[in-house]
Amino acid sequence: MSKEPVAVVGIGQTKHVAARRDVSIAGLVREAARRALDDAELTWADVDAVVIGKAPDFFEGVMMPELYLADALGAVGKPMLRVHTAGSVGGSTALVAAGLVAARVHGTVLTLAFEKQSESNAMWGLSLPIPFQQPLLAGAGGFFAPHVRAYMRRSGAPDTVGSLVAYKDRRNALKNPYAHLHEHDITLEKVQASPMLWDPIRYSETCPSSDGACAMVLTDRAGAARSPRPPAWMLGGAMRSEPTLFAGKDAVSPQAGKDCAADVYRQAGIGDPRRDIDAVEMYVPFSWYEPMWLENLGFAAEGEGWKLTESGVTELDGDLPVNMSGGVLSTNPIGASGMIRFAEAALQVRGQAGEHQLERARKVLGHAYGGGSQFFSMWLVGARPPES
Amino acid sequence: MTGEMDREIAVVAFGQSDTLRGTAEHSEVEMLMPVLHDVLERTGLKTADIGFTCSGSSDYLAGRAFSFTLALDGVGAWPPISESHVEMDGAWALYEAWTKLLTGDADTALVYSYGKSSPGSVRDVLTRQLDPYYLAPLWPDSVALAALQAQALIDAGDTDEPALAGIAARSRADGAGNPHAQLRGPVPHGDYLVRPLRTGDCPPIGDGAAAVVLAAGERARELCERPAWIRGIDHRIEAHALGVRDLTDSPSTRLAAEKAGAFARPVDTAELHAPFTSQEVVLRKALRLGDDVRVNPSGGALAANPIMAAGLIRIGEAATAVHRGESDRVLAHATSGPCLQQNLVAVLEGDPR
Repeated sequence: MSKEPVAVVGIGQTKHVAARRDVSIAGLVREAARRALDDAELTWADVDAVVIGKAPDFFEGVMMPELYLADALGAVGKPMLRVHTAGSVGGSTALVAAGLVAARVHGTVLTLAFEKQSESNAMWGLSLPIPFQQPLLAGAGGFFAPHVRAYMRRSGAPDTVGSLVAYKDRRNALKNPYAHLHEHDITLEKVQASPMLWDPIRYSETCPSSDGACAMVLTDRAGAARSPRPPAWMLGGAMRSEPTLFAGKDAVSPQAGKDCAADVYRQAGIGDPRRDIDAVEMYVPFSWYEPMWLENLGFAAEGEGWKLTESGVTELDGDLPVNMSGGVLSTNPIGASGMIRFAEAALQVRGQAGEHQLERARKVLGHAYGGGSQFFSMWLVGARPPES
Repeated sequence: MTGEMDREIAVVAFGQSDTLRGTAEHSEVEMLMPVLHDVLERTGLKTADIGFTCSGSSDYLAGRAFSFTLALDGVGAWPPISESHVEMDGAWALYEAWTKLLTGDADTALVYSYGKSSPGSVRDVLTRQLDPYYLAPLWPDSVALAALQAQALIDAGDTDEPALAGIAARSRADGAGNPHAQLRGPVPHGDYLVRPLRTGDCPPIGDGAAAVVLAAGERARELCERPAWIRGIDHRIEAHALGVRDLTDSPSTRLAAEKAGAFARPVDTAELHAPFTSQEVVLRKALRLGDDVRVNPSGGALAANPIMAAGLIRIGEAATAVHRGESDRVLAHATSGPCLQQNLVAVLEGDPR
């Protein structure tokens, strides 16, 4: 049995902000879901199943919140799945939903990911003490900063590269009405003068803490044929995981990330990602992860990723734009951040990205990662259906 | 749902830990590791042979964020593996793995789940999964909510306290034959915990882990003498607010059973995830199980109820009955949420003899 092709026919996001005090958790997710259905010109009744994802339940203080959200997401009487794969969860959730369509279990699936970080405190949510286990260092930045320093040492990258990424992403966010941070007066000097948080990561090179949700309607060929707007087609998708810590782990360029990308490229018939892929929405919570992931994903040789960033290749008008939406550096509702990458990739190939739309976006990669650089989920979407 | 699939998928191995009242000397990973080794040994597979891995667990039970990452270390995910996790009972992890095998992306899957209820007060912990604005602030605990359901059943004339006591006694008697069960043999029916439920009507609080290997087509026949073929599997959710539900019925169970093809032919055995005696009454009615169907020969959740694994154990126990040739067509059920809010039904069969 060949797999059923999967199309994205509806995309919805909330305006991401630090605190959505005007809505409940249910109100937040319903807003994104409603927008995705409106985009697809479908109703709740057209949805066969709901797949929801979010990062740890401690971030809102609600255990398995999907139970309480069943009503708000029109899932009553339907199958509802809840995915949790750490920071990669937004991407994994979309892939689990896509799997239901690909396996012909369901025709049309609503998938959604969210985080309402203002309900709780993510840093302390990550820092519950467990006896005899290594605690996470103060927030995620403390965990990742040594990996960034290792990358700088290995590649010999000049220490300004991180600030270039942040300056680019925050400017891109100005063209994205849903982005959390809209820093109209941003300058490279301001980024470089911002306080050092975890050396070498400065305040302006760090993701914000956001409330937000993102939803997509995924459907089969028949559903895509009824779509009022051009669908985005899934050309490949994969997840890979490896342990958190072990002797021989490459924290700078994890094998799981390389394997995941290779699987996606194989499915999509991508020989040379740098040539065959037009743009990338990648999970960059700290600026330096752009050059690091460019190498891990095969867009640059080892130690060369920073040169793409430095020479402007990853700018909105560059040859390989990265994070046209402003990325995680501008918007970070943790559980949703991966799905926003997947959705923004789909928006580009559908030609629906608005002011940050690229002229050439035939094949775009969406990428997410999580845990201690150990969980990866990716998909490649295209403007044309897969050949088979 | 079974409509379009033309790839046969079976449970080929099942393993579980003993369910224990306390496991302070073991971490979740230490509890899980022997179970993983058990199912791999039964099939002769190594971690690297497995096409897809999926697990179910709860951060709230573990008391820490990303608790499943520690379990992944136990799996030995190196070289990197294709892997996913649901914040649900392992029965739903099995469902995700089943869809993965249906697509043809993998031929084998390892599914596992685990939960330790002993470190905290599980009755209080489960209040945190209620509507955080209108219900959770009142801290109605899981026994109190189940008692509402039990009283509704008694008021409707669907059962009475002696009948519930009978379910409890039968389950613990059957648990005597299950070496992994926590309650094996008669236990006093006890005083009221929350009226009309007595201690005997409630599940024991325990820690445990379970694992299943799935395989597709010929691969399943290579790995298992008598695979338990998944003829259908489906799950449905109901409204969260108890006030809008008829607690004496379980329409989501009935719909899932319909979609799984459970009503096409009678089953000989049913493993029901009914942590409270009264919930077995609801499920028997929704699933139209006759008196000739063996219900919970393992003792069910009344004999051992490791939260997050108890549903997967139902599928594992049902599959084991097929593996051993004791059953030809079995039904397995898993539940989640207050008063049976979300339900999964699977129908498994052995090859004709």
